[in-house]
Amino acid sequence: MLQIKNLVVQIEDNRILNGLNLTVNKGEVAAIMGPNGSGKSTLSYVIAGKADYEVLDGEILLDGQNILEMGPDERAAAGLFLAFQYPLEIPGVASMTFLKAAINAQRKARGEIELTTPDFIRRVNAAATKLEVPKDMLKRGLNVGFSGGEKKRMEILQMALLEPRFCILDETDSGLDIDALRIVSEGVNALRSPDRSFLVITHYQRLLNYIVPDSVHVMSAGRIVKSGGKELALELEANGYADYREIEAA
Amino acid sequence: MAQLTLMRTPTETALVQAFDAAKATLPGDVESRAKAFEIFNRNGLPHRRVEEFKYTDLRALMREIAPFAVKPSASDAAAALAKTTAFAGTEALDVPFVNGHFVRDAVKFDALPEGVEIVPLAEALASGHEWLARLSPVAWAKDNPVYQLNSSFMADGVMLRIVGAVETPIHLRFMTGSETAVATATRILILVEDGASVTLLESHEGTNGAAHQPNDVVELIAGDRTNVHHVRLNREGDQTLALSTLALKLGGDAYFNSINVVAGSSISRHQVFAMLNGENSKAQINGVSMIKGGQHADSTLIVEHAAPHCESRELFKTVIDGEATGVFQGKIIVPHHAQKTDGRMMSAALLLSEGGTMNNKPELEIFADDVQCAHGATCGQLDDDLLFYLMARGLPRMEAERLLVQAFLGEAIEFVDNEAARDGLIAIAEDWLKARV
Ligand SMILES: Nc1ncnc2c1ncn2[C@@H]1O[C@H](COP(=O)(O)OP(=O)(O)OP(=O)(O)O)[C@@H](O)[C@H]1O
Ligand SMILES: [Mg+2]
Repeated sequence: MLQIKNLVVQIEDNRILNGLNLTVNKGEVAAIMGPNGSGKSTLSYVIAGKADYEVLDGEILLDGQNILEMGPDERAAAGLFLAFQYPLEIPGVASMTFLKAAINAQRKARGEIELTTPDFIRRVNAAATKLEVPKDMLKRGLNVGFSGGEKKRMEILQMALLEPRFCILDETDSGLDIDALRIVSEGVNALRSPDRSFLVITHYQRLLNYIVPDSVHVMSAGRIVKSGGKELALELEANGYADYREIEAA
Repeated sequence: MAQLTLMRTPTETALVQAFDAAKATLPGDVESRAKAFEIFNRNGLPHRRVEEFKYTDLRALMREIAPFAVKPSASDAAAALAKTTAFAGTEALDVPFVNGHFVRDAVKFDALPEGVEIVPLAEALASGHEWLARLSPVAWAKDNPVYQLNSSFMADGVMLRIVGAVETPIHLRFMTGSETAVATATRILILVEDGASVTLLESHEGTNGAAHQPNDVVELIAGDRTNVHHVRLNREGDQTLALSTLALKLGGDAYFNSINVVAGSSISRHQVFAMLNGENSKAQINGVSMIKGGQHADSTLIVEHAAPHCESRELFKTVIDGEATGVFQGKIIVPHHAQKTDGRMMSAALLLSEGGTMNNKPELEIFADDVQCAHGATCGQLDDDLLFYLMARGLPRMEAERLLVQAFLGEAIEFVDNEAARDGLIAIAEDWLKARV
């Protein structure tokens, strides 16, 4: 489903991604782990289409189509979703207005008819109940005054409503308390399907007990340096990244 | 060098001639008009070396003057009013003006809401009505050339008196319906008696393609314990040079809330002269300008805390696209006796294009020592990270920008108490943003 080939990215003359290769198959849940600053968020931003980055080489294919020339909105409409490591607060933009605009913009881009208001509200309510997002949170400005954990839950709520084909979760577990971690994980697991793939970025093996990955990849200095099954996460938990840093140095 | 002082631009010469021709036929006391014109004529049209007009050089911007509009026929007035749309969804008592003349027939004088009195100004001027003594309540306006031009040429308007709690909003609806360019000068005097409350809507619409030159003045004297909401909308035609003044004198324990929304005209200057004259009053004075192309919108205000223990908040938002120019000049004045003044003034501008300009000049003039005053001015672009966040959820760039600009303007519009009027303004902002592409 997603194929990243020899991706080289820099920002302000700093090379962040150094020939990164990664393939995530249809229906697969892939986890990426790696030290701080290794380029995980950069990778997620580049996939989502943030403008600040300069792609020097490589390609990103979503179902065979190179998405690098597409704008972030077009990628979203094509089924890509990024749950941000740090979701932004947007005062004055009501959460409900935003959700409806986002859903309908994507539907419009795909040539589908817009959701009616009752239909929209029904879907939001269902998703909010499942993710235990209180209704009055949705009445506020987008993410405004939300706690760190609430913002993460809001991201998953958006993901559930937008029904993307390829989901990137950038440290969605950080800042979540134990109950919230369970709720969010259940929300993600409920979306798992043979047609939907996930790229889960995390520092903690604990999340992967809830969202059990099909593959685990270690990222270091802008490259995937090791790939394996879910047992790789346990190994990392025990030994840290020391081995992989040596690979880099060598 | 007497000749130097007599140097006139062609526009100024034309204004002198126009005044000489009109003064005999304009209603009321010629003497006081002549005095007003003399004050204007001392310095002529203000230009960029006059501090208060530094960014809005009327000498350069008014290359000619349009002929003053005559009173339209009843059918012309009705036809012009049929084209107005301002505050369409807001239930209100309509007090309409066409080409600067009060459309008397459109108001049912025998069925006015309780507590509302309306006196046509032309008649009042002609008969020397006693309320006329209350014109010009704010000293700051008196040196102002735009105000004095209005005082010289004012042809019509109304005087309103509000007693008690008036529920029905009053809509002063101005329409410049002429197909050819006209100048107008209207004066509104509003007396809000002690303890009274009212919502005033004021809309200005006009035909596109004609270089109209309206100059209107609203003078508001609100007594003690009054509660006044004022919503002004500039939707003048696209070639119009619109000059306007709001002069406010506010009593004690009172609340005043005003917004001026600029969504029209090619050049506009809105001046506010507010005087908080009684203790424990609060004034919220807001502005929203949406400008593009070559538009120019100037908001200039003076807020004098003439009494202690008052609070004022001024919040001005300007969105600039194309090569448009925004101007904000605001001054809070606190004389030495106005202790415990709490004044906060903010102007924020959003530049949507490379070519736009914003001139911000907020000032404080504080002579009292126990006060809390602050001012701020910002000028920036839309936040790229916020845009990316919205776009990553599927919103096309224009739509993402629209949401952010609406949120930006919403901070000033949300103070409008009347829900229908507020929704109307939000819709205008939406339309403006949709029309950008
Ligand atoms: N805008 C930027 N300008 C300059 N350097 C940047 C910028 N954004 C990221 N970087 C650098 O790129 C590197 C990778 O950052 P990135 O946020 O992708 O790391 P990460 O793997 O997500 O780290 P963490 O685990 O802490 O979230 C870091 O060294 C960071 O300082
Ligand atoms: Mg990161």
